[in-house]
Amino acid sequence: MAPTPDPRELGEMIRATPEQRRARILGLVELAMAMFVLFIFALGEGSDADATFKLALPSDRFQPLDWTVNPQIVGIAAATVLAVLAGVQLTKGFGTRANMILGGAMVLFVFAFLAWAAAGQSFSLIGMLTSTVVLSVPVTLGGLAGLMCERVAVINIGIEGQLLTSAFVGTIVGSTWGSWPAVLAAALAGALLGWVLAVLSIKYVVDQIVVGVAINIFALGLTSFLSGRILSENPQFNSVDRFRTVGIPWLEDIPVLGNLFFKQNLFLYGTILLVVVIHFALFHTRWGLRSRAVGEHPKAADTVGIDVLRVRYRNVILGGAIAGFGGAALTLGSTGRFEENMTAGVGFIGLAAMIFGRWRPLGVLGAALVFGFARAMQQKLGILGTNIPSEFLSMAPYIVTIVVVAGLIGHARPPAADGQPYIRD
Amino acid sequence: MTGSDPVHNDPGNSDSANGDPGKSETFFADLTGVGTRVRTALLTPTLALVTALLIGGVVIAVTDVDTLRLWGDDPGEAFSETIGNVTGAYEALFVGAFGSGQALSETLFAATPLILAGLAVAMGFQAGLFNIGVEGQMLIGGMTALYVGITVDLPGPVLIPLVLMGAIIGGGVWAGFAGWLRANSGAHEVITTIMLNFIAGFLVQWLLKTSMFQDPGRTDPISKPLDPAARLGRIFGGDYRVTIGLLIALAAAGFMGWLMYRTTIGFQFRTVGANADAAKYAGMNVTVLTVGVMATSGALAGLAGANQLMALPPHQAQVGFSGGIGFDAIALALVGRSRPAGVIWAGLLFGALTAGGREMQGAERIPVDLVEVIQGLIIVFIAAPALIKAIWRVKADADDQSERITTGWST
Repeated sequence: MAPTPDPRELGEMIRATPEQRRARILGLVELAMAMFVLFIFALGEGSDADATFKLALPSDRFQPLDWTVNPQIVGIAAATVLAVLAGVQLTKGFGTRANMILGGAMVLFVFAFLAWAAAGQSFSLIGMLTSTVVLSVPVTLGGLAGLMCERVAVINIGIEGQLLTSAFVGTIVGSTWGSWPAVLAAALAGALLGWVLAVLSIKYVVDQIVVGVAINIFALGLTSFLSGRILSENPQFNSVDRFRTVGIPWLEDIPVLGNLFFKQNLFLYGTILLVVVIHFALFHTRWGLRSRAVGEHPKAADTVGIDVLRVRYRNVILGGAIAGFGGAALTLGSTGRFEENMTAGVGFIGLAAMIFGRWRPLGVLGAALVFGFARAMQQKLGILGTNIPSEFLSMAPYIVTIVVVAGLIGHARPPAADGQPYIRD
Repeated sequence: MTGSDPVHNDPGNSDSANGDPGKSETFFADLTGVGTRVRTALLTPTLALVTALLIGGVVIAVTDVDTLRLWGDDPGEAFSETIGNVTGAYEALFVGAFGSGQALSETLFAATPLILAGLAVAMGFQAGLFNIGVEGQMLIGGMTALYVGITVDLPGPVLIPLVLMGAIIGGGVWAGFAGWLRANSGAHEVITTIMLNFIAGFLVQWLLKTSMFQDPGRTDPISKPLDPAARLGRIFGGDYRVTIGLLIALAAAGFMGWLMYRTTIGFQFRTVGANADAAKYAGMNVTVLTVGVMATSGALAGLAGANQLMALPPHQAQVGFSGGIGFDAIALALVGRSRPAGVIWAGLLFGALTAGGREMQGAERIPVDLVEVIQGLIIVFIAAPALIKAIWRVKADADDQSERITTGWST
């Protein structure tokens, strides 16, 4: 800082920097949450009746695991903590830890909300958390597909279409030749669309977002067309054997965690494996270093002898295959049949999870769990009969996405060359 | 990849036979995109359409389960059967689009909201913004228009402009919000507008069950019918469904042409689209311009949504009354090269596909979704002129360089 600032500089100093403005907004958001918790959840009607959260499924070894809370006490406690956090945020600020604090505040808010919604009833919290994990699988895979492409600077808006097409292919193949060939076929279908994206955006240098949109429109049209022309008249092509739940011995008996992560089907295990493998590969192998170099500074990568276009082709096709696995998860892992437009935006939410997860595999998984939780809450709250219209609960994941992308959670930096075609000169 | 990469042609060796350099910068050229490069402007879309239709024909052929079984027994019969099926489908498509006065009216009727929605997308493209949210803006604009239409009681000539104004405001605000997010936080409009589509969908679903909107006699989400005074009149009367909405769409295209090429604001919009940094250093307020472009785009989308209620019987809003037009509009804007006149022509083409597609579904039992497949293919081929010319072995032009229409996440 200059010792004697001139008036204009002074004005610049008084005016809040974007960071300060953001910190203030965060503080106000936390304050609003505190007020909401206090007046609606803690002091609202009927909140003095206890809520019981079930933490074990009927089939579990350790029974029962019930957790009884008083919504009023939870609400007042949560509101107090939120108010203190808001106060500190507004006066001193949390600096770099502001995001973590906001995350914690949201958890508190949601918990107070659940206690209020379940007041006087018993609610299967474990059921909702299990749904969260299941619903986050295709989102994670979509996000990983996007990550594979964007780490090498190719934007993939067509994840939605890749998921939908591979879900369709998986259903047809699964109904004809069985479930394992179906997974393979779905991954190949995704890879094929990945190849289309690669050729058009790398070789023909077409605007990447436009290609992605075209893939989505084409996939929706084609699968709906085929569904109407083939599946509706031949229902035998639209019924696959789903992958069964396979418990991992010992681990599956751990309370809560066992149900969430060790008593699931192929797709959850596959997803976790992919997250770990891609994370390791991206940050600890030569392949990862090369991929990141191509995404950050393709010219430098080219100069040191990396074949930029080849790396891009390979990763975009691999990303398509991962999306294909995600498409298989939608039918072979959950519904067992194909329905028109069954992805309903999962691919786009995966894309948002990638941005929210800051282009890191573990971040994608974490973000996908948040989105999965929003979806699961919408599905399960209907049971509790709150007077919130279901449409508003349905909006939640999409609103969360906007909030996330709008950077309330902080600004994320994409790979530097993201979206730019590479042309050697 | 290979040395014959069609994109990287030497700019010097073509671009001489066609085009008259003398009359390039006319208003007509600006409006239509036709002027210096008539051949390019017409050749690529034509080839794209033909190729997409051919591939669509293949899709029809290979998905005909009954005929496929026949190939084993009697290939000759199966072949003629297949050809018959495909030509039958496209004949129905053509007849449904152009075969009679009624068909032409249906084409124009279908083209009306497509043109408006296409203008909305084109508006965004010209300013470097990709508005995928036209579908949601149609819903919101349609609902605000409906709100005016069922609460205000005035004679038609006064009411209709008011209802249209409601659509403009509703769609404009909904899209303007995405523009505001983009300008202030850098949230990419592709993501936010898609999310706003879903939110709009659920919002409409909820609104249609409120006493404000719901048809009193119904339990399902459907609105009260729009006041007859607020409905758009039919141009040719009687059985021909085409309404004065078509004239509104044409007027909107004229307005957009004037705005973008004859006003300072339009110049600023296009400058932001060409180079946002340059616009900023030239002293333009990029924030205001971004919101302005999105709001104008959303206003056009809102008009398209209102048309769905003001022109289309039974004049009631239902869940998803936007009917996917907002997505067709993306293909349409690309085909029309984001120029107002181009969008009109593309709108007529897509209107014909829609009207014909319905006939195809009715007469030949080919699902109308085939039209979406064809549109997806058209987008790819239009966006990659080098690809389509490589397929047809046509000499590539210098301006076959695919232009970048959108911007990445980082800006």
